[in-house]
Amino acid sequence: MSSSSTHDVYYVPAPSKWPVVGSTALFLLAIGFVSLLHFGKTQAYVLLAAGFATLTYMLFGWFGNVISESESGKYNAQVDASFRWSMGWFIFSEVMFFAAFFGALFYARQMSVPLLGDVDNQLLWPGFKPDWPSMGPYNATEFHPMSAWGLPAINTMLLLTSGVTVTWAHWAIKKNDRTQLVLGLAATVALGLIFLFCQMTEYGEAAFSLATGVYGATFFMLTGFHGFHVSLGTLMLIVILARSLKGHFTPEHHFAFEAVSWYWHFVDVVWLGLFVFVYWL
Amino acid sequence: MEAAHAHAHDDHHHAPAGIGRYFTTTNHKDIGSMYMWFSLIMFFVGGFMALVIRAELFQPGIQIVNPDVFNQLTTIHALVMIFGAVMPAFVGYANWQIPLMVGASDMAFARMNNWSFWLMPPAAALLVGSFLVPGGAAGSGWTLYPPLSIQGGISVDMTILAVHIMGASSIMGSINIITTILNMRAPGMTLMRMPMFVWTWLITAYLLIAVMPVLAGAVTMLLTDRHFGTHFFNAAGGGDPTMFMHIFWFFGHPEVYIMILPAFGIISHIIPTFARKPLFGYASMVYATASIALLSFIVWGHHMFTVGMPAAGNLFFMYATMLIAVPTGVKVFNWIATLWKGSITFETPMLFAIGFVSLFTIGGFSGLVLAVTPVDITLHNTYYVVAHFHYVLFSGAIFSIMGGAYYWLPKWTGHMYDETLGKVHFWLTAISFNITFFPQHFLGLAGMPRRIPDYAPQFTEFNQISSIGAFLLGFSQLLFLYVVIKCIRGGVKAEAKAWEGAEGLEWTVPSPAPYHTFETPPAFH
Ligand code: HEM
Ligand SMILES: [Cu+2]
Repeated sequence: MSSSSTHDVYYVPAPSKWPVVGSTALFLLAIGFVSLLHFGKTQAYVLLAAGFATLTYMLFGWFGNVISESESGKYNAQVDASFRWSMGWFIFSEVMFFAAFFGALFYARQMSVPLLGDVDNQLLWPGFKPDWPSMGPYNATEFHPMSAWGLPAINTMLLLTSGVTVTWAHWAIKKNDRTQLVLGLAATVALGLIFLFCQMTEYGEAAFSLATGVYGATFFMLTGFHGFHVSLGTLMLIVILARSLKGHFTPEHHFAFEAVSWYWHFVDVVWLGLFVFVYWL
Repeated sequence: MEAAHAHAHDDHHHAPAGIGRYFTTTNHKDIGSMYMWFSLIMFFVGGFMALVIRAELFQPGIQIVNPDVFNQLTTIHALVMIFGAVMPAFVGYANWQIPLMVGASDMAFARMNNWSFWLMPPAAALLVGSFLVPGGAAGSGWTLYPPLSIQGGISVDMTILAVHIMGASSIMGSINIITTILNMRAPGMTLMRMPMFVWTWLITAYLLIAVMPVLAGAVTMLLTDRHFGTHFFNAAGGGDPTMFMHIFWFFGHPEVYIMILPAFGIISHIIPTFARKPLFGYASMVYATASIALLSFIVWGHHMFTVGMPAAGNLFFMYATMLIAVPTGVKVFNWIATLWKGSITFETPMLFAIGFVSLFTIGGFSGLVLAVTPVDITLHNTYYVVAHFHYVLFSGAIFSIMGGAYYWLPKWTGHMYDETLGKVHFWLTAISFNITFFPQHFLGLAGMPRRIPDYAPQFTEFNQISSIGAFLLGFSQLLFLYVVIKCIRGGVKAEAKAWEGAEGLEWTVPSPAPYHTFETPPAFH
């Protein structure tokens, strides 16, 4: 080994209880969820509460470890590169998760609904008009789909702006300008929260539900999972904001910040897909 | 240097005593061993179910289990074997071998690595435990097609959640493996100088990250269709059950390559070692693996030739499927060319490797037969398909796992296994495997459907042969367990380079490999 650097050794963490705690949490959540669907409610709530508590304990403990390892300088450049690769691949896996639901949307629009209106099916479902948006032939009633040019358009502006503010914060961290870093992050968090608020309002005003045929299903599953990801992203931004206030990060070492901003941009891009294919076209 | 060493030792705890260490370990060798043992246990659990199935099929009529339970057994047998036996075995190999092969001190994320493993037992508990809930286990077939899976009971939800958890485990495991390979290779080991096993896992991990989330999406839609009123797979609401099949097989076909690419990798190490020649056509092996992976995304429709896709779709999927045979053929050619004029010896790993090449190829050919749309329309859902996928999965994936175990056991345990018993195990396995599965081709061609506990009397003889083979095959595997335990407990001391013809960094460390290896990157030439 060359002695030029003290950072040549890749950091391998000491034994840790967090993985087993995390698995316990997920197991409790799984059986709690099954109970909720099939067995007693009380017992389900106990299991779910225990699961969430264990999960929270694990998240605080595990990320706490990672943060203190990072702040005490245990991560050399090679570890940093590992984090970069892994975050990139993680986001790729998320892209593929959304791809499944976009696939369902395109399949419903291009295949299953038009096929229900073809000659064969006219015998089965006479008079069914295979137009999008559709809730299918059974029970078909008039309903109002969500229009793109109300809240959704505002939401698009909110998220696009938040992409700018998070970049502003990144620029600040590289210049070591802590005030602007905090301002940029706070603005991003605020925009995320406003987005979520608008999304809730939109859901409240929707004149259809998850059960409104394949339109309702794809609408709520796609926007719902997106909203869930925005919530996670906002939480992550809040953690980064808190860490910035505590004086964490340096102009050279701030991958946690970058990871969250990558994630945020990913959520942003998914939204653009939603805006175009779910709301607009 | 001083400082770095002191620092490294702070964090590198030496093998702590006691079984409790496995709960918290961050050591790739510990985690690899846990994966292997888990896989072996699930192999026996799934094998037990298979024997119940074969016992029921020994005669026409219903004897041992009712049709409901029969369906549950075929469903859980497949899920246990795929997600519990084959995939964890390959992840176990990845854990043990990749850091040793690329000269890394451990996996890139040692703590998360342990989580990937510890997600498996809860998932297995949900899956296997679902036999105990009211209504029994899921009986929809491992493909979970709606509407059956929508009508199923509690156990379908348990299966869905098990799939979610195993998916999370696979994705974390794959991110770890890709990162280790891309970022932690010894200086000088360029991509095109990586051992083949590492290459195959790099590509497998990519496939896993691409398709496991799609499976998660598919089963999530099942869950909401079951409980929250969505109509993804219900024509009344504008959805379509075949939509599930498309999404499922978009995952499903890459998944079968996930189960065979690491096998290709293992075989590409065993054959050169015992032929005492370098692997023939290394670069073409790499490109073949990559093209198989890419093509695997555009052939899923060959599982759906009978659902009424437009003719153009059927034709496209037929030709695309046949294209995959080309890179697969390149691989088989290269293995045979490696053997050509080698000075070959037939130790147990080599027997399994040669068994793999011959029998996997039969599975490849029956796959080609099934790829022909008009032929598949008569063969779909018959025993011919069952024969096909057991030739590629048992004499493919499982043979490579066993061959690999014999090959690397000396490195893992520090002892040579019992060669005679190993050979006996191979011959018992290879012969009874063929007794079990070869007749199933004939059954399928004659029209016997899969997943049905009863059959017409004219199918009896072949079924009886198959069932006798299955019991032989199942019990022969106990011999494997015995050989492994015997090897762990003692035997002839293995040298660092346990095989004369072996190449690669893993053979430069002592046998058994010390708890920590390559704490500083080795020199690679
Ligand atoms: C040359 C390569 C291959 C070709 C052309 C091929 C082709 C096919 C086709 C057309 C089917 C659908 C049969 C039907 O359901 O009617 C099929 C089924 C299947 N194949 Fe292959 N295959 C190949 C290799 C493999 C490999 C390497 C594996 C796994 C390691 C595999 C595993 C399976 C499985 C598990 C099924 C059945 C799935 C089910 O319906 O449950 N195949 N194959
Ligand atoms: Cu396939």
